[in-house]
Amino acid sequence: MSESLMVSAVDIHKSFGTNEVLKGITLEVKRGEVMCLVGPSGSGKSTFLRCINHLERINSGRLMVDNQLIGYRESNGKLHELKPSEAAAQRVGIGMVFQKFNLFPHLTALDNVISGMIRVQKIDRTIAIAEGTELLRRVGLADKLEHYPAHLSGGQQQRVAIARSLAMKPKLMLFDEPTSALDPELVGEVLDAMKQLAQSGMTMIVVTHEMGFAREVADSLVFMDGGVVVESGDPEEVLRSPKHERTRAFLSKVL
Amino acid sequence: MARSTKSTIQAVPLRHPFRWAAAFYFVLIGVAFIVDALHRSAYDWKAFYKYVFDVRVFKAAGVTLSLTAISMFIAIIWGVALAVMRRSPNPVFRQVSWFFIWVFRGTPVYVQLVFWGLLSTIYHSFFIGIPDIHFGHFYLGVHFPISQTASLYWLAIIGLSLNEAAYMAEIVRAGLLSVDEGQEEAATSLGMSWWTTMRFIVIPQAMRIIIPPTGNEIISMLKTTSLVTAVPLITDLYARTRNISDEIYNPIPLLMVACAWYLFFTTVLMFVQYFVEKRFARGHSPLLRVSHE
Ligand SMILES: Nc1ncnc2c1ncn2[C@@H]1O[C@H](COP(=O)(O)OP(=O)(O)OP(=O)(O)O)[C@@H](O)[C@H]1O
Ligand SMILES: [Mg+2]
Repeated sequence: MSESLMVSAVDIHKSFGTNEVLKGITLEVKRGEVMCLVGPSGSGKSTFLRCINHLERINSGRLMVDNQLIGYRESNGKLHELKPSEAAAQRVGIGMVFQKFNLFPHLTALDNVISGMIRVQKIDRTIAIAEGTELLRRVGLADKLEHYPAHLSGGQQQRVAIARSLAMKPKLMLFDEPTSALDPELVGEVLDAMKQLAQSGMTMIVVTHEMGFAREVADSLVFMDGGVVVESGDPEEVLRSPKHERTRAFLSKVL
Repeated sequence: MARSTKSTIQAVPLRHPFRWAAAFYFVLIGVAFIVDALHRSAYDWKAFYKYVFDVRVFKAAGVTLSLTAISMFIAIIWGVALAVMRRSPNPVFRQVSWFFIWVFRGTPVYVQLVFWGLLSTIYHSFFIGIPDIHFGHFYLGVHFPISQTASLYWLAIIGLSLNEAAYMAEIVRAGLLSVDEGQEEAATSLGMSWWTTMRFIVIPQAMRIIIPPTGNEIISMLKTTSLVTAVPLITDLYARTRNISDEIYNPIPLLMVACAWYLFFTTVLMFVQYFVEKRFARGHSPLLRVSHE
């Protein structure tokens, strides 16, 4: 396995009961690369992201993040399930941002951001507050530290959620339709925060329908349909001249 | 124009003649009932006044209060544990919790109390450890003898609290279910363990849902303590007042004494509940406040 790879997925299968959702996904994400994942509803994009974060367990295939097998340890050619604490430790290195933000409503913006530092990494509260304040300042929310999520707009909430993930100092960030639940005028501020993050060198996998973002920020574009990767490549290239009929049909609807 | 928008509206308020008539009617009934009751010999108000602050009654009220407080305390803790076990990733915990709730919610509390009273007849000792494994006289565990005189007070508390725990477990479970799945997911993806997620993310959010019915359960428990005669514990408010009325061959005034005390306690509890709920809503009001803005 190459040192330059952050994510390596080989022939990933995942079923819910008899419903096979992922039917052999193979793809690679290099360090510092931004990959956009697009595809019709139900094609398995969210499921794939959740597998990378081990929120779902894969049925077969080989999934590695930063040269570490996800959910398993390999010794003497045999796979051993990870203990819950080991799986949790793996997740710390992988940030995830959800469509519905999933901020903790009983905590202020700042407490949301430092919750992981305090409860998981056991960082001293004063240090965590300093770091959390800085993270919120970076996403443009320096004046909203003490606000509860319900008092923030959707765009602000999503930026808090991004800051909350970044607080764990992840090496990989997963975004599952981060702007789909937002009013159109609020999409820009979240995409700006993500663009800034991409420019800082973060490795990102972004499920999105924002083709403008894909064209401008992404290094590669992957089109998924029916649990398989149909087409992938340079975003500009794929968007301008899609090779497959399914890609073309999908793009004609979202563009 | 400007004047009419600024001045407050002057209008004849709507009249509610029916409300006044109904109020008058019910007040009349109430007064008639009280006047009648004051002169009815069966109530024997003299006996009521004599016993309502009697030292024995006073102590018995204390017993009822302590039974309520201790039983509820145990029931809440055990109920939370059962509810959390019920959604634990560990299937053994899930089954144990389900079975406990099945048994203790599925049988009458009165019958359970009778059983606890007979505990020493059924079992002579209890044992913690691995059963049936021993090396000579050495067992892998500890034996606790159950004396014939095992405190009836504590047996009553065990009976009341285990029964109540089954109900509290359901209340807590509903509270936990009210928390959006995304919360657990977000916490897990931050690397929080299952227990940390429960403790700091899910349970605090469930509290708002759990507290009001719990207040109800406390009031309900206060009254359920009157069943401890089944154990038989006879030092609580109800048993004690029955006991006194047997002595003086006059049950009604002592029933009134018991009711007065129960009513007094539940009234105090209702006030406490009101303020606790209000206070709790204030701490977590951002959601509520926004919806009103
Ligand atoms: N926990 C689950 N249990 C059973 N089926 C599931 C579960 N999660 C997802 N599925 C199914 O897997 C399929 C793929 O779902 P997934 O959410 O991954 O699609 P998606 O590409 O993210 O779609 P969308 O664009 O609508 O978010 C769907 O048919 C869905 O019903
Ligand atoms: Mg999805």
